Amino acid sequence: MSSTFETVAGIISETADIPREKITPESHAIDDLGIDSLAFLDIAFAIDKAFGIKLPLEQWTQEVNEGKTPAEEYFVIRNLVSRIDALVAAKAA
Amino acid sequence: MRLEYFEMIDRVAEIDPDARRIVARSTVPGASPVFEGHFPDHPLVPGVLLTETMAQASGYLILALTGYVAMPFLMAVDRARFRDFVGPGTTLEIEARLEHEGSGYMATRASIAVGSRRIADAELRFRTMPFPAGLSERMKDQARRIGLPIEVVA
Repeated sequence: MSSTFETVAGIISETADIPREKITPESHAIDDLGIDSLAFLDIAFAIDKAFGIKLPLEQWTQEVNEGKTPAEEYFVIRNLVSRIDALVAAKAA
Repeated sequence: MRLEYFEMIDRVAEIDPDARRIVARSTVPGASPVFEGHFPDHPLVPGVLLTETMAQASGYLILALTGYVAMPFLMAVDRARFRDFVGPGTTLEIEARLEHEGSGYMATRASIAVGSRRIADAELRFRTMPFPAGLSERMKDQARRIGLPIEVVA
């Protein structure tokens, strides 16, 4: 997996106190790792700082709550990593 | 400053939207029930109330910079340090800077000084959420009381 995954997994492990080996690309942040919304804000802060981006969490949450997008699109780690890569690329463009 | 009512900010001295910074002043009351327990015959402002003071300065900064669109609720305190004691009658200068504007949260760095002496500092984070019913107007009333602009300044 990418270095982005390694960074994100490290952030989640440290911020949410989850053993690093439990975090895989297929892990669902909420269902599998038990990360609640407050802890996810801590993770978002660390990700924002590490990658110099702004994760659009409010937009994602709204889309999920309105049923427009399945939660897996944002909260399965592999998908989260893809979105971070896209935000980093968009920032660099 | 009214400790029992959690009114920690007396007056906004300066707000700089470009630097995303606020400076406020407060004078610790000469007497308060808080001092009866903290500590008997040795009155000191508790560190938790100094943290609250930095949080309120940060909160008012966020409200002003965002045009009072959402309420900031304290969610994290990192690297808090209390470097000296604060007793009754002390005038505090509180400074807060917005360090990061996230999606649904804000991060600030805040400090308290007495004259040129730094008393406390911390990194704070706030969850920003829709105002509970009626709170928006109450916060604007409080902002007016301490001299904070209501108009969007960012």
